[in-house]
Amino acid sequence: MRRSPPVLKLNTLRPSSTPFLGLENIGKRFGGTIALEGIDWSVQAGEVHCLVGENGSGKSTLIKIIAGVLAPEKGGRIIVEGLVHDHLDPPLAKKLGIQVIYQDLSLFPNLSVLENIAIDHELGAPTGLIDKKAMLVSAETVLASLDAHLPLGVRVGQLSVAQRQIVAICRGLASNARLLFMDEPTSSLTRHEVELLLAVVRRLKKLGVAVVFVSHRLEEVVELAERITVLRDGRKVATLPVSEVNDQRLAELMTGSRFENSVPAHHLKDRPPALAARRATRSGEFIDVTFTLHAGEVLGLTGLLGAGRTELALALFGMSMLERGELLFDGAPLRLRSNRDAIAAGIAYVPEDRLRLGLNLRQSIADNVSIGVLDRLLDRTGLVPPGRRSGLAREWVSRLGIIAANVAAAVQTLSGGNQQRVVLAKWLATKPKVLILDSPTVGVDIRNKHGIYEVIRKLAKDGVAILLISDEIPEVFFNCDRVLHMREGHLAGEFIPGEPSEEALTEAVFA
Amino acid sequence: MRRCTNPIAFLFRRTETALAAVIIVVSAVFSLASPYFLTLSNATDLIEANSVTTILAAGVFVVLVSGGIDISFAAVASVTQYVAALMATRYDWPVLPTVGLACALGVTLGIINALLTYYLRVVSIIVTIATSSIYYATLIYVTGGTEIYNLPDWWTNRIIFFQTKTASGDVARITLPMLIMVAVVLMTHLLMTRTRAGRQIYAFGGNPEAASRIGIKILPLQMHVYGYLGFLAGLAGFVQAHRVHQAVPTAMFGTELNVVAVAILGGASLVGGVGSMGGVILGVLLLAILQNGLNLLGVSYFFGVVVGLTILISISVTGYAEQRISLRRRPETS
Repeated sequence: MRRSPPVLKLNTLRPSSTPFLGLENIGKRFGGTIALEGIDWSVQAGEVHCLVGENGSGKSTLIKIIAGVLAPEKGGRIIVEGLVHDHLDPPLAKKLGIQVIYQDLSLFPNLSVLENIAIDHELGAPTGLIDKKAMLVSAETVLASLDAHLPLGVRVGQLSVAQRQIVAICRGLASNARLLFMDEPTSSLTRHEVELLLAVVRRLKKLGVAVVFVSHRLEEVVELAERITVLRDGRKVATLPVSEVNDQRLAELMTGSRFENSVPAHHLKDRPPALAARRATRSGEFIDVTFTLHAGEVLGLTGLLGAGRTELALALFGMSMLERGELLFDGAPLRLRSNRDAIAAGIAYVPEDRLRLGLNLRQSIADNVSIGVLDRLLDRTGLVPPGRRSGLAREWVSRLGIIAANVAAAVQTLSGGNQQRVVLAKWLATKPKVLILDSPTVGVDIRNKHGIYEVIRKLAKDGVAILLISDEIPEVFFNCDRVLHMREGHLAGEFIPGEPSEEALTEAVFA
Repeated sequence: MRRCTNPIAFLFRRTETALAAVIIVVSAVFSLASPYFLTLSNATDLIEANSVTTILAAGVFVVLVSGGIDISFAAVASVTQYVAALMATRYDWPVLPTVGLACALGVTLGIINALLTYYLRVVSIIVTIATSSIYYATLIYVTGGTEIYNLPDWWTNRIIFFQTKTASGDVARITLPMLIMVAVVLMTHLLMTRTRAGRQIYAFGGNPEAASRIGIKILPLQMHVYGYLGFLAGLAGFVQAHRVHQAVPTAMFGTELNVVAVAILGGASLVGGVGSMGGVILGVLLLAILQNGLNLLGVSYFFGVVVGLTILISISVTGYAEQRISLRRRPETS
């Protein structure tokens, strides 16, 4: 028998013009550095607000102050529902209904959806004994209020990232969230999953819960937000209605400088083919894929996550075998038994998950850059002289503009953009003729993104054939000579940037 | 959710069901090979003989769920057993203070492990290797390795709650160690499934960072976990001396790996956050049955090999099943 779950009680719908949260003159200093200065900001109940800024602009410091983790400098005021505080602490912030969903979601993969949602209930049990029934009611209530459907008994570790995000939102709601911060909520979601997330956010809005998206890139969530606030170097640059902002303007506000998205127009008909696939097939992954990648060309490969892009890339890199079809390299048939064959042929693959697959974070830049080419660095005794490794690393540090104290610095001390360049350097050191880049700018902020694009173009100019895999349409549109569109394992179309508009390509991919 | 059509696959979805299936198969084989295997008296002997292992495994299971590992419990059990025996023989302490002292000392030594792990920020296996070595060495040094044989009667007398003669003329008994074991198993099961502390232990084992973010206090939690194992080690030391009628400083030496192995065989993971008391019992049971069956067949020298193979096979089978499940559920990754 199923009872209909009770209605979620939220006393937020009272009409009032005072904002749910107001900040006045909030500042924060760490030693000599100013992290935040003179922030005045407000969030209305039921509002969807975007808080954007580059890495290091003060977003996370601001969230920590609002969540009570950090206390602001004297003279600032935090006003929650008309009550003035000079600072909050975590339990108080929680009691006031302020919840933060961190980028890593902070869920428990080994526990069930039910336990994750009702964890506050579980851990707040007054007797020390847990009340399964109360937990169930609480979880069902929250799920029903969001019109979300999740199997309560399944372990969270078995859910997709998008589903986990909904679990995290539910957990916030179950603890009576009135203001929900979501840190980089869309960074690991596909377009379709983002739609699901946005549907949930719409429900939150109706419930009177304010949602603040915190991000350094904002294509998807903008459509739902009313206002957008830009931080730069610890100061608030502007709070604007979303209707007055476009990508270009946002980039300018965030970085304080102008970036031109220029379309590189190349004609490549006369270039020699570098890597080609003929009717390449792996059942369940990709089917009858035929294309040619030319030397000096940047070929985009786009499509939704799960369209078979990464699977195709892995086959091109010899990590999986073709079932049918063939690969051609420099016009000659290429048989790859493993990725060692691919590397020997001159193919390099930079994975999307660079932290896990691309780098040894604790080792130095020199260690990371030289690991693929140690054979080449041997001296006559068969040993690798340290000087050769650091020499090689120094060469790439300067060629790719990696910012680091020296090449002995551990890679984990570098910023995301610089880490990505180290991965690139590691593969470029193998002197590849074909470079496959899988989502090279995920998690990289705008300024560094453009730096990476410049590197890609320079490499192409030097004759390297580049396959750029990305689900960000602007990325392939503005940086590729041709774009292949993959859908459900098939190559569904080829575009030359400049001929269709960016919108037309977006349309094709998401259709 | 996808329905699982293959019954074998279904069986291996959960460690517990897989273990139960293997136990049934192994038992069937042994009962065909030896008529004595599937008798009531053999069953009760088996349970009594594994009571100490089960009590310790319950404690180790809790530590494993929290994401730690403790191998000092055997040393703790030996120390508490010896100290308690000293009090009972030299100062004629009665039963309750003696058992109380054993358990309190166990809790203390366990909490020392927790404090060291927490404050030194060293992984628990290193800390407990060190403390284990210290506890053992101190015990041997202080006692000179002397055994205590003259334990009081209340300690060594067999306490039988129920006894029956089976048709074949053998005797089946329910004894004190069995009752203590059952009580410990129930207590641990309730602790881990029904109490706030237990769920905090699962949460912390699954994602320590998230656990501290939602306000779980780590130090009390760790003290609880390692203290609980210490408490059970005290109890196990007492039961062990009760069974063998003497207190020997090295009585428990070398049982560490076996106990950790049954807990892991039962589905607890070295990474933490998973496992159940029921699974651990099945783990104990499987190894006990294997040993017992091989003994009855007169091929007990195979036991080491069989144990090793069982652990390897079961871990790889359940690991493989786990991998299959997560691959099936998340086709969109990659």
